[in-house]
Amino acid sequence: MLSNQEVAEELIKKFGNDVYDFEDPYGLLTLTTTREQIIPILEYLFHHDRFKINFLTDITGIHYPDSPGQEFAVVYHVHSLTQNFRVRLKVFLAEADIHVPTATPVYASANWMERETYDFFGIIFDGHPDLRRILNIDEMDYFPMRKQYPMEDATRQDKIDALFGR
Amino acid sequence: MERIKTGDGGIILTSSEDLMNWARLSSLWPMGFGIACCAIEMMATYASHYDLERFGIFPRPSPRQSDVMIVAGTVTFKMADRLRRLYEQMPEPRYVISMGSCSNCGGPYWEHGYHVVKGVDRIVPVDVYVPGCPPRPEALIGGFMKLQDKIRKEHPLAPKMLLEMEAEAQANEVPFSSETHNTDKVVA
Repeated sequence: MLSNQEVAEELIKKFGNDVYDFEDPYGLLTLTTTREQIIPILEYLFHHDRFKINFLTDITGIHYPDSPGQEFAVVYHVHSLTQNFRVRLKVFLAEADIHVPTATPVYASANWMERETYDFFGIIFDGHPDLRRILNIDEMDYFPMRKQYPMEDATRQDKIDALFGR
Repeated sequence: MERIKTGDGGIILTSSEDLMNWARLSSLWPMGFGIACCAIEMMATYASHYDLERFGIFPRPSPRQSDVMIVAGTVTFKMADRLRRLYEQMPEPRYVISMGSCSNCGGPYWEHGYHVVKGVDRIVPVDVYVPGCPPRPEALIGGFMKLQDKIRKEHPLAPKMLLEMEAEAQANEVPFSSETHNTDKVVA
């Protein structure tokens, strides 16, 4: 059984200052890295003798409109099927330079996940073989999950719980 | 009309139009597809408890064999093209039942949805709207019975032009007869 501690120590030994902001919310090892190091880290975890973290659960994005220079994050969830161990990796990007290298050479399944992340957040995955929208129409000219659209009016009274028997 | 069942063999008198309409409305074959949560209710309606088969309603795996399309769920912009294509692949006469709020008008995505068609009637002509979110199986059956009523009143054999002339005469409140119409117009 792997512990967060030993995986984190191995990563620090290998990648030094390029891995930082270690956390373990609900026991899930979470760390941040740079876009230069994300693919080497994924490869390293994939081919590691003991860890064998070789299953890509998901790639998604987050928009933080209020943190200048780090408006977007790309989040990778990877899983070791043999060790039953998960890691969450984050890469922060600036809106002005919203590029990150593709993970498709490591994980073929990253293809559609990156297309989805591009579709909803507009994050450009450099080197992706076919980076176009996947769930929305091709003609769409905006990225709908960005936090730049008005929210529903929170004061409206026609959707209160009592009306739904809750 | 009163029908006395005597048990004797006998003769039924009807018009070919009524017979055709009866045959068509008694074997409505919907296209077997569902888009969202309304499809769960639709499947429940097909299944043993509500048993749509007793109305002769029986899902077909191809639009070419279908009479009616049940739009059961949220129609996204991306689905809209496909839905329209499937509708066009159905042979005429064809009908559309819009099931649930999403396909009626966009439902909960009416105001803030970025990806939902605000009513499937913007894509295909709808014959019956079934309200609900999702509608209960009884409501879908009610929708089918409305559609059957509609088919019962159709005139599949009457020439279209004659029907148009009748409607025009009715709109102008002129009693319809062959003399009131110029025969040149019929030829044209």
